[in-house]
Amino acid sequence: MVDGEEPGPADKPGPADKPGPAQKPPWPKRRPDRLVRLLMPEEPPPGPFRRSFWRSPVRGPWLTSVLGLVLLGGITILFVTGLLSYASYNPDLGGINDYTPGKGWLGFYLFSWPTDPDWLYRVNQGVHVTLGLALVPILLAKLWSVLPKLFEWPPLRNPAHALERISLFLLVGGAVFEFATGILNIQQWYIFPGSFYTLHFYGGWVFIAAFVAHTCLKAPTAVRTLRHGGLLRELRVDTAHTVPESADAGSLVPTAPAAPTISRRGVLGFAGAGALLLVALSIGQSIGGPLRRTALLAPHGQDTGSGPEDFQINVTAAEAGINPEDTADGWRLTLTSAGSGAAAAFTLTRAQLLAMPQHTTSLAINCVEGWSTGNQTWTGVRLRDLARLSGAENAAIVLVQSLQQHGGHAILSAGQIMNPDSLLAFRVNGAELSADHGYPARVILPGSPGVHNIKWVTKMTFGS
Amino acid sequence: MRRITRWYGANPLHLLALLACFALAGYAAAQLVPSRPLGIAVWFIGAVIGHDLVLMPLYSIADWSVLAAVRHRAPNQPDVPWINYLRVPAGLSALLMLVWFPLILRLTTRYQKSTNLSPDPFLWHWLAVTGALFLVSAVAYAVRLRAARRAAPPRQRSRRSQREHQENNGENNGRATA
Repeated sequence: MVDGEEPGPADKPGPADKPGPAQKPPWPKRRPDRLVRLLMPEEPPPGPFRRSFWRSPVRGPWLTSVLGLVLLGGITILFVTGLLSYASYNPDLGGINDYTPGKGWLGFYLFSWPTDPDWLYRVNQGVHVTLGLALVPILLAKLWSVLPKLFEWPPLRNPAHALERISLFLLVGGAVFEFATGILNIQQWYIFPGSFYTLHFYGGWVFIAAFVAHTCLKAPTAVRTLRHGGLLRELRVDTAHTVPESADAGSLVPTAPAAPTISRRGVLGFAGAGALLLVALSIGQSIGGPLRRTALLAPHGQDTGSGPEDFQINVTAAEAGINPEDTADGWRLTLTSAGSGAAAAFTLTRAQLLAMPQHTTSLAINCVEGWSTGNQTWTGVRLRDLARLSGAENAAIVLVQSLQQHGGHAILSAGQIMNPDSLLAFRVNGAELSADHGYPARVILPGSPGVHNIKWVTKMTFGS
Repeated sequence: MRRITRWYGANPLHLLALLACFALAGYAAAQLVPSRPLGIAVWFIGAVIGHDLVLMPLYSIADWSVLAAVRHRAPNQPDVPWINYLRVPAGLSALLMLVWFPLILRLTTRYQKSTNLSPDPFLWHWLAVTGALFLVSAVAYAVRLRAARRAAPPRQRSRRSQREHQENNGENNGRATA
């Protein structure tokens, strides 16, 4: 996709006071005062500010509209799955669940995240992350198609133009910011300024505000272009027959087009091939099983072996700072219910817990980063049995604490406690939990964010 | 009303949409920015500059350089346009690098510590996928070239007409700004 770094005859600047007869300024004829004329001459300076600099014949409203339409659908799905992902952490339970206490109205839609169906969170995160990756080449193509707009001349025509350009700064900055933070986070390269959760959440709202405004302002143009510009007709045109759109179709159409080296359908195919390639090389980490190996370029695409404990993890016992002495025979689970006072707290040994009724369930751990362990068979005590034991039979929340040095705490909702598949697990796939999987006991929840499946559990405080 | 519309430069609905946009964006930013104003400004502005003024010029120049270099050094080019058979595999390979460079270049120091997985395979996977893309593209080009040679006489006619088409374009360029 070549542009006019090659200076054509059209790039030679003419005398500033003698504009060519064919050129008509796109802004209303009004003599600006001297200072404005000095800072912003009517004649654009040489280089990208001249329309003749941009020479690709495929640029124009047709390509921009098609790519915009794809992004409209894709980003809408990203936004909805993003909002659901935020809700799945149950931030409205407050306390340590709420990383964004200043959210105010932005949490208007929050609801208690359901634990049934148990695949809901896995599908939501898989779609959010994989679709986000797939949209990278579409976004790049869209930005390429409108780049001449960045160098519009004059840079500010009137207040409407100025405000719209500010919103475009939020749109482009927001888009690149959201994609960059998301993509870096799934690779655990935490170089962004602050917590990913906070940045991606508020950044998402900044971006979507500009996105909705842009959609409102540009939808009429896009609809008109595709209705009259023949969506399907253009898809039948090969490179040799590709011609620029008519000059009055807008400022994206080149005034000095070069010969075509790619057709419009070729550009779409190129971006689409990029999207398919990214999906093909990462979707295996969400699907799991034998397909995991196909995720050649995804953080959790490696095969971990076939033993009972050989499935993906995101924090090892060593990284979590677990002292082996704390998980040895002296380990106790402290159970308490908030209403009954500190005196009611009591401890259980691992042997006592194993003597309680044990249940077995098949559940996957699904990460916010989009990957899944695939279903594993877990055995342990139901959380609701532990609630009853603590004296809070109708517990509405439970604070689960871990031996982990940093993090590793969560407040679980009534729905998560009462689901018969929610366990404090001691065994997985028939084997005792390994240290990296949370020995001596870990929480396992259906359809909840992976990080809420607390490992190395030491204390549970039920409340109503 | 009409005077205001003329001064503003657009329909009042335009203003309404943008004010709603700034209100929502401002509300969200007010929660985000005060925590790390400098870092967030750098990231947000850096995102725009990094894409519009660094990444895009780089790949445009790369694309144009290849076109120009080959055009000047190899005047007898084959009948079938070759640029997209180079552009597509190179572009797709660069896209994979752009998305996965922290893993490929092993910048994520905690990856191995957290996941117990090796950071080594990503570079090899990327190289292998890149190799496969170029291979598929080369085979596709060879097939096209063979098909074109078999149908040589009509092909040459169409090439000549294509060149005429380009020359016409060149004349138009001159006229448009004369």
